[in-house]
Amino acid sequence: MPLLDVQDIVFDAGPSRQVRILDGLSLSIEAGEIHALLGANGTGKSTLAALVMGCDGYRQTRGDLLFEGRSLSGLRIHERARLGITMAWQEPVRFEGIGVADYLALRNKDDDPSRALELVGLSPVLYRSRMVDRSLSGGERKRIELASLFTLKPKLAILDEPDSGIDMLSTADIINVIAAFKRSGSAVLLITHREEIALIADRASQLCGGRIICSGTPAKVAEHYKARHCEICVGGECHYV
Amino acid sequence: MSELDELLKAFGEAGGSTGALADGNTAHLAASGHRILSSRTVEGLEVKARETWNGISAKVTVMANVKLKNPVHLCFGVLHKKGTQKIKMDVTIEDGASAHIVAHCVFPRAEKVRHLMDATVRIGEGAEMRYSETHYHGMHGGIEVVPRAVVKVGRNGRYFTDFTLTTGRVGKLALDYTVEAAEDSVTEMVARVFGHATDDIHIKDTVLLAGKNARSIIKTRVAIEDDATAEVTGITEGNAPGARGHVDCMEIVKDHAVAKAIPIVQVNDPGAKVTHEAAIGSVDKRQMETLMAHGLSPEEAVDVIVKGILR
Repeated sequence: MPLLDVQDIVFDAGPSRQVRILDGLSLSIEAGEIHALLGANGTGKSTLAALVMGCDGYRQTRGDLLFEGRSLSGLRIHERARLGITMAWQEPVRFEGIGVADYLALRNKDDDPSRALELVGLSPVLYRSRMVDRSLSGGERKRIELASLFTLKPKLAILDEPDSGIDMLSTADIINVIAAFKRSGSAVLLITHREEIALIADRASQLCGGRIICSGTPAKVAEHYKARHCEICVGGECHYV
Repeated sequence: MSELDELLKAFGEAGGSTGALADGNTAHLAASGHRILSSRTVEGLEVKARETWNGISAKVTVMANVKLKNPVHLCFGVLHKKGTQKIKMDVTIEDGASAHIVAHCVFPRAEKVRHLMDATVRIGEGAEMRYSETHYHGMHGGIEVVPRAVVKVGRNGRYFTDFTLTTGRVGKLALDYTVEAAEDSVTEMVARVFGHATDDIHIKDTVLLAGKNARSIIKTRVAIEDDATAEVTGITEGNAPGARGHVDCMEIVKDHAVAKAIPIVQVNDPGAKVTHEAAIGSVDKRQMETLMAHGLSPEEAVDVIVKGILR
């Protein structure tokens, strides 16, 4: 039984649900597996992430999402989180008046958060006393979000473009974090545009027009993505890339 | 139990630290209603306090170039269900001096209590004053708090004030502070208030940036729930070249509560710049989703966010 089983999901957006974002998407993720999701902007990657997490306004038009064999329908975000699903948004929000140490201990007050900070390349001495507010740069905030998710020890971590806003020199740090999730037993749904990040995955899929158009090894899918092959775009060349 | 012990007990029960008042190296003034219960001064600090027919009058002076090591503690309150406490404060921080004044205002059983504070503050050239006022109220809500201050910050002076009323019911609050800031001075005014039930909150902070390169920020954080109401007015005038001011107001509203923010920014000199930002509404949806993705229930998430902005 897969950890996450996305079954023929259709999602229509807009006031009268006139815009189809996901169009019969099926995908499965095994426990402890890293699954990379590649695709250009607007192909439905973040929508899939929001549907799995159960964000407000995201309910599938058709299909089902199963987690450890149980339907996620009707469960709110925190209920899904308590089953073991968590998510890092592409642009994490800031929190006034909340310190980094407290943020890392929101649900897990027993563990020392130092390891999680070191994992994301931040010095515990310098960052424990910082606030999770506007004083952090985008990259720092992103790293702290990844560290906080790590402390949760999730069964499935959805990482929506964890590399965006991170300088190129620190790409290795992000790859280390993703690998650490796997080492600690978490599965990862990894949404990314960057091949070097995707290559850490066990499997990968490419999205276009709300459908999976290519699945397989990360190298194969990345090659397919770069070559702009597309089975659903007119002329066989992806219009989104 | 003496009245002072009772005041300290109520202060301690509200979460305050009573140790400072017992410390021989720390200055303090404690008053219940119209009675002065205890006072201590330290070298370089002059406190002339007296009971008047309707309140307490205190003249506090920090001598020139004296930098007080420990904060000066003011412990005020009304322990009875009914009463009025009227305090007139005249504070002078002479040139080059610095002091941190911490006021604890304790009203644990207020059903019909008025606390009126009228302060005049003069901060000399190169002097610094930090003023932190924290209120500890009971849950009845029968209290009216009216703090008013007129502050003059001298050239190169520093003025930081922090008003916190997040414990117990607010009752009625009408805070009105006005600061006139001279050349190269810095002013920072922060107010944090949490209103419940039918609490009625009015906060008005005014900064007149009168001198060249004077800088200021007015920061207000209010959370209200049930049927509480809040109106926050932040006024900053830039009246001199290089003056820089900012007004920052955030109000979180729950249930049937009603909030209003009135930022007034005025520039009377082309070399001055004043900005403002105000955010009023329910708790931010993305913040909620982020915390819920950590496993917090919606109620826990709101609690974390509100406590954060009031911290």
